[in-house]
Amino acid sequence: MKHTTMKLALTSALAITAGMAYAETTDITIGIQLEPPHLDPTGAAAGAIDSVVYANIFEGLTRFAADGSIMPALAESWMISEDGLTYTFSLHSGVKFHDGTSMDSEDVKFSLDRARAEESTNAQKALFAGIDSVEALDATTVRVNLSAPNGAFLFNLAWGDAVIVAPESIDDAKTHPVGTGPFVFTNWVQGDQITISKNADYWGTPAKLNNATFKFISDPTAAFAAVMAEDVDVFPGFPAPENLPQFEADPRFQVLVGSTEGETILSTNNKMPPFDNVKVREALAHAIDRQAIIDGAMFGYGTPIGTHFAPHNPDYVDLTAQSNYDPELAKSMLAEAGFPDGFETTLKLPPPSYARRGGEIIAAQLREVGINVEISNLEWAQWLEQVFRGYDFGLTIVSHTEPMDIGIYARPEYYFQYDSTAFQELMEDLNAATEPDDRSFILKAAQRMIADDYVNGYLFQLASTTVANANIVGLWQNAPTQATDLTAVYWND
Amino acid sequence: MLRYTLKRMLSLGLSLLAASVVIFVAIEVVPGDPASYMLGINAQPDTIAALREELGLNVSAMTRYITWITGMMTGDFGTSYTYRTPVVDMIGDRIMISLPLAIYALTLSTLIAFPAGILAASRRGSVADVSVMGVTQLGVAVPNFWFAMLLVLVFSINLRWFSAGGFPGWDKGLFVGLKALTLPAIALALPQASILARVMRSSLIDTMSEDFIRTARAKGLSKRQALWRHALRNAMIPVLTIIGLQFSFLMAGAIIIENVFFLPGLGRLVFQSISQRDLIVVESVVMLLVFAVVLVTFIVDIAYAAVDPRLRRRS
Repeated sequence: MKHTTMKLALTSALAITAGMAYAETTDITIGIQLEPPHLDPTGAAAGAIDSVVYANIFEGLTRFAADGSIMPALAESWMISEDGLTYTFSLHSGVKFHDGTSMDSEDVKFSLDRARAEESTNAQKALFAGIDSVEALDATTVRVNLSAPNGAFLFNLAWGDAVIVAPESIDDAKTHPVGTGPFVFTNWVQGDQITISKNADYWGTPAKLNNATFKFISDPTAAFAAVMAEDVDVFPGFPAPENLPQFEADPRFQVLVGSTEGETILSTNNKMPPFDNVKVREALAHAIDRQAIIDGAMFGYGTPIGTHFAPHNPDYVDLTAQSNYDPELAKSMLAEAGFPDGFETTLKLPPPSYARRGGEIIAAQLREVGINVEISNLEWAQWLEQVFRGYDFGLTIVSHTEPMDIGIYARPEYYFQYDSTAFQELMEDLNAATEPDDRSFILKAAQRMIADDYVNGYLFQLASTTVANANIVGLWQNAPTQATDLTAVYWND
Repeated sequence: MLRYTLKRMLSLGLSLLAASVVIFVAIEVVPGDPASYMLGINAQPDTIAALREELGLNVSAMTRYITWITGMMTGDFGTSYTYRTPVVDMIGDRIMISLPLAIYALTLSTLIAFPAGILAASRRGSVADVSVMGVTQLGVAVPNFWFAMLLVLVFSINLRWFSAGGFPGWDKGLFVGLKALTLPAIALALPQASILARVMRSSLIDTMSEDFIRTARAKGLSKRQALWRHALRNAMIPVLTIIGLQFSFLMAGAIIIENVFFLPGLGRLVFQSISQRDLIVVESVVMLLVFAVVLVTFIVDIAYAAVDPRLRRRS
């Protein structure tokens, strides 16, 4: 009897708290794993910055849609000259920055010139390398002159690193970002949370939410507890894939599984013997069982890839069969290359779990064909120093999360050091091509070329896994860029 | 007492100077460049060079050490590489969580340990003693992060009495702030209380068998009177030592608990800064923690002298 009363009291207490929660359905709390170092997307590579500000606070001339396609943003429309060298953008009129100043062509010129300047600290400066000059023709018209045709130019402008900022507010943007987006920055409790609120004066479709709070929860167990306790409503990039089935079974939650731009690869030092021998790299490719890695390291979330390209892209070519799992073939290839007894090498792993867990599995698979790898676990800063800048590695595992980054294979100094003139010419052709059909043809050829050269071990496309309250609508399922686009998000009562 | 205090202060100053050199050298030799970390894998070498210049990383280590140490003496801890905000503000914010949490946990642990330890010592061999010993044995053995997760599971996920973590800020009110720190404080206090209770008990038992207690008993004091009037004060020395150590540990070592409850405390700041190679923050926080530890030791030393007049005379 006593128990029943207790239970009743508890249930009614819960009902009251639940009722209170429903009263504020224009607010949302989002869990993110990493805290942004600061909030200026044009001054660091940290994806956590874009997780908060992309599309919410800052906008560029163009932007990525949820499916990865390019949409107009601050630019209403554009005209491309016949030779592909001149882009004339018409800007939306009446756009205001959050501090009340108006956004016009001078701000666009300032932002693009700042990003490509000599003293620029833009992490993706290469995106702007082809710009020859920027002219503000009138308040809403900007002309960008390129030094060579660049078919990816509109795509480049959609990156978070290419957002439009104002000269008056950029100096304080690291702590007080001032953009043109549907949300304004409100508060940052360092180490704990960032709050953004609806921009009442937004030029476009206004946001449906009034407030959004980003809470930083790095520990996977803590993330699980926070979602279960409903302290956070959405957790994009949920860090504990092993718990996803539990959320899927719980009617309070929805789990969105999509894809990202993250090609996870077994990067191979192409200049270091024996990996300078393509036969060895081919053997390596056949020694790896991708599905075992996806199942073991990612709990089944991830799509196998056979080249460095995102499977959701219409130009993707499925080349996984070319490097199918065949340890016997791998052994015979190694013997053919002069390593009948295998060899020893290093496998340097950065912190993410795909690398640490995946590394153990790959090491075991390589041991089967006689390759003994010595695993070392590195922090990111060490990884950048030793692997990325020092070329001091045999193998490493890393997810290349930048969108459309097959162009890195044209950089011979890039850490895996693939130096192929044929590929470099192909990329030059790609930049010069503006016709969609031509670009598609070249992109497919490029994918085949790096697969034929077995430059790296192509493992899987990183999945995007979001856990959210079942009543939230409008979240991105895929992650074409790192972002938590809240512009269309609302609660369904 | 004055000479004793001065001597302790001199050793405090020297410890700090030595610590600053060790910390600076140790952190400088850690490989990894903050500028490359921040700009990621697509950055061009000239961009990294521009950022290094902006961060003031291109001057010699000696100059940086001197700037750091002289700045620190005037309360200027420099500017964080990654956050670009003054380190002193960042530490200030974090201390507003770590310090109350440490005090909260220590208060809980003392409130549990003292009665438990005294009870166990005064009724040695009784059911009470055996149960205190049993429970504290368990308390010492249970890892605090595991206990923390258990607390979250029961009180946050099932009962929904507390949120699973995070800190809403003191501006939301004292009660809200303390509520957010309650589960972490309990998780931190349990192992500490267990250790403290055991030390209290054994120290008290030892003291109770000393000659002066026998004398006191012979004068006609009951066992209870002898314990409260004479033994307790004498038994405090090892207990104070443990409390001092525990406080230092709670200030600096709450990092795992801070992670479980995602509290923005000092421990997490250090952890984050190390991975981002935000060296200036690491150096300053570690230095501050060293200062706190040395200061607590100093206070404990003074407290020894207060409870034990012999220490005063000896110096």
